Amino acid sequence: MSADGFLPTAFVFLMAAVIAVPIASRLGLGSVLGYLLAGVAIGPFGFGFLAQGAEDVLHFAEFGVVMMLFVIGLELQPALLWRLRGTLVGMGGLQVLLTTALATAVGVAVGQPWRASLAVGLIVSLSSTAIVLQSLAERGYMKQDAGQRAFAVLLFQDLAVIPMLALLPLLAAPGAVVSTGDAAHPGLLDGASAWVRGGVVLAAVAAVVVGGRFVVQPLFRAIARTRLREVFTAAALLLVIGIALLMNLVGLSPALGTFLAGVVLATSEFRHELESDLEPFKGLLLGLFFLAVGASIDFALVRESAATVGGLVAALVLGKALVLLLLGRMFRMGTDQTLLFTAALAQGGEFGFVLLSYAGQNGVLAPASANVVVAAIALSMATTPLMLLLYARVLAPRLGTRAATTRRASDTIDSAGPVIIAGFGQFGSTIGRVLRSQGIRPVVLDHDADRVDLLRSLGLEVFYGDATRQELLHSAGIHQAALLVIALGDDDQTLALATAVRHAHPHVRILARVTTRAGAMNLLQAGVQEIYRDTLDAAVRVGADALAALGTPRHHALRVGQAFRRRDDAHLRELAAEPREWSGYVDQVRLNIRALEDALQREFGEGVPPVTDEAWDDSTLRAEARGR
Amino acid sequence: MTSGAQRVLVLFAHPAFHRSRVQRALLNAARTVVGVTVHDVYDAYPDFDIDVTREQALLASHDVIVWQHPFFWYSTPAIVKQWQDLVLTHGWAYGREGTALHGKQWMHAVSAGGGAAAYTPEGRNRHSVEQLLAPLAQTARLCGMTWLPPFVVHGTHVLTNEDLATHAQSYAALLTALRDGRTAESA
Repeated sequence: MSADGFLPTAFVFLMAAVIAVPIASRLGLGSVLGYLLAGVAIGPFGFGFLAQGAEDVLHFAEFGVVMMLFVIGLELQPALLWRLRGTLVGMGGLQVLLTTALATAVGVAVGQPWRASLAVGLIVSLSSTAIVLQSLAERGYMKQDAGQRAFAVLLFQDLAVIPMLALLPLLAAPGAVVSTGDAAHPGLLDGASAWVRGGVVLAAVAAVVVGGRFVVQPLFRAIARTRLREVFTAAALLLVIGIALLMNLVGLSPALGTFLAGVVLATSEFRHELESDLEPFKGLLLGLFFLAVGASIDFALVRESAATVGGLVAALVLGKALVLLLLGRMFRMGTDQTLLFTAALAQGGEFGFVLLSYAGQNGVLAPASANVVVAAIALSMATTPLMLLLYARVLAPRLGTRAATTRRASDTIDSAGPVIIAGFGQFGSTIGRVLRSQGIRPVVLDHDADRVDLLRSLGLEVFYGDATRQELLHSAGIHQAALLVIALGDDDQTLALATAVRHAHPHVRILARVTTRAGAMNLLQAGVQEIYRDTLDAAVRVGADALAALGTPRHHALRVGQAFRRRDDAHLRELAAEPREWSGYVDQVRLNIRALEDALQREFGEGVPPVTDEAWDDSTLRAEARGR
Repeated sequence: MTSGAQRVLVLFAHPAFHRSRVQRALLNAARTVVGVTVHDVYDAYPDFDIDVTREQALLASHDVIVWQHPFFWYSTPAIVKQWQDLVLTHGWAYGREGTALHGKQWMHAVSAGGGAAAYTPEGRNRHSVEQLLAPLAQTARLCGMTWLPPFVVHGTHVLTNEDLATHAQSYAALLTALRDGRTAESA
């Protein structure tokens, strides 16, 4: 794309997305269908804004899938992978095997050569990770049994792409023309021996795993220390693009390489930060990908061989659905979840496009047949949002969904705790220790890379990131947290965080540390009632001990301290309730002076009554006894 | 004999509520009775810093005061004594001008580890629960209140769940009767 061609193209794409996606979402169709339809609309068979170049865009947008797999890898801690192992290998493996077998049999039955039939069988056994995960997450199905199982099956499919890439060249029809190498992506290893190829591939994978652990993490730590957020984002993008390039170079799928890197980084403290940094890029690129899929559907071909394409789409969706239904039964998923599982996965996948072009290059499929299959897969992808819609509107309401959905509710993806502590310095870490002493594991967010490092080496679950960022809070599980403890040392940040959470997640109870009286007043005015002034307790105790040192009995000194605190708190709340017409930084300084003045006058001013404790006071009793 | 709707205040005191089976059942029963205010004193003042004004206002706005607590060392948990010291002030609860509590009723609902037989002249504890509560009974009388005989659940360590449910039911029934003013004074 030339420079002056880029802006109009970007404009058309973004415009289509901005118009179509909200409408589709509003109609309950889901964003994926919105993107697909927008793609059709701007494509050569719609308004024709994008007469040519959809293929290029598709190629570019596949990077969205790469990024998605990186983020998926990030969310995939080894423990979760282990828990899903049965589903992953059992259901995933059977799904690929059975679908391939069925498709091959159908192909042979209609008179296709077995090699081509097997190749197409392998290709259509894959589903679309992008469409399925996006659609399921959007509708809140990911945490259900079917969502988890679909995820495991998709993961297996993504892994299965590697052996498929190795297998496809072997299926070349005898005497077929093999064009080595993709002109757009010259491979480093074209013409090298199988041993060298294998060695380089293994070395690349090892480089990702070892580099991820011993190079990338220290690097991120160093960058985090600079506290330049955009550099951190740039580093995250650099990592993903670098790995994608490396994988392209050695002929592996970039998606799998970045997925691997994601898994390696899943246990690092930067997990949440990376996730939230890449989220917008991932979202936009995925949207672009769906748009490009819509735009690249060759409706001329569809019209020309309508019967073939239509038959293929129907066979693809129905055949896959049949296998999925069978699997649901075999693994005792229950009717409701089986139907959801089936509706989610009965389509062709984006890796199918890659494999098809690869199969074309290797002479496994004739270009014309490959194009028909491409069209069929793209159309089958468009059926998924419709299938899910059918499930949600027609099928689910007729079944006992409620009972079925809660069955495996505890088996969720992330281990987000019910308590989030924002800020883990001296203050927050003490709170964390108190909770841990009672077996409660808080999710901790902190912005000091050195400290995060230290705490993690002690085995604490601490994540690096700026707690005031909505995405990070979301990653940490704010939507299901019961309690947010704000232990930041900066009152402005505390106020911003508390206000944002109260607005977006009113169910979360907030306990907030605050350092100044002015900060406390701001929080009170923002509706945060449970505030803790971090110097007050210690100062009042010192005051009481000073009284004791001057001869006040210790218990009385303690009670004077308690009474003082109560009075001070009441005064603060009174002052906070006064209407205030000024705001802004300078006024914050004025407010602080005003609050301190107020506090001092309350104790030092003329005619101010002393704090008293009337408990165990018997003066009235003695007076009454004497008066008798 | 009082009549008509009485405002019942259950003052609950247990320093380790999470360990209590019997008191929890009784408290749950009390909470089911409409028109009964339940006030958990240890929950309100974990640091014994009792808000005297608030407590006096609570007492003033109710007609029947029920202290619900386990029987610790033949008496109440510690905070009840702190509460007495701080809330029942001279000139308010007693003394020449201290008439705020006059005419109200005062009762204890206690759970005791010992069986009923232990709280007899021949038993291990040599006194009945009501006898052991004498200082509280006298406190109530000094404040011009009517002392009602205590509701006692005995043998809490060996109580079956069925028996406990029965006790909880009769406690709820008793509170209902107090609310409706159906009890005879000092029966």
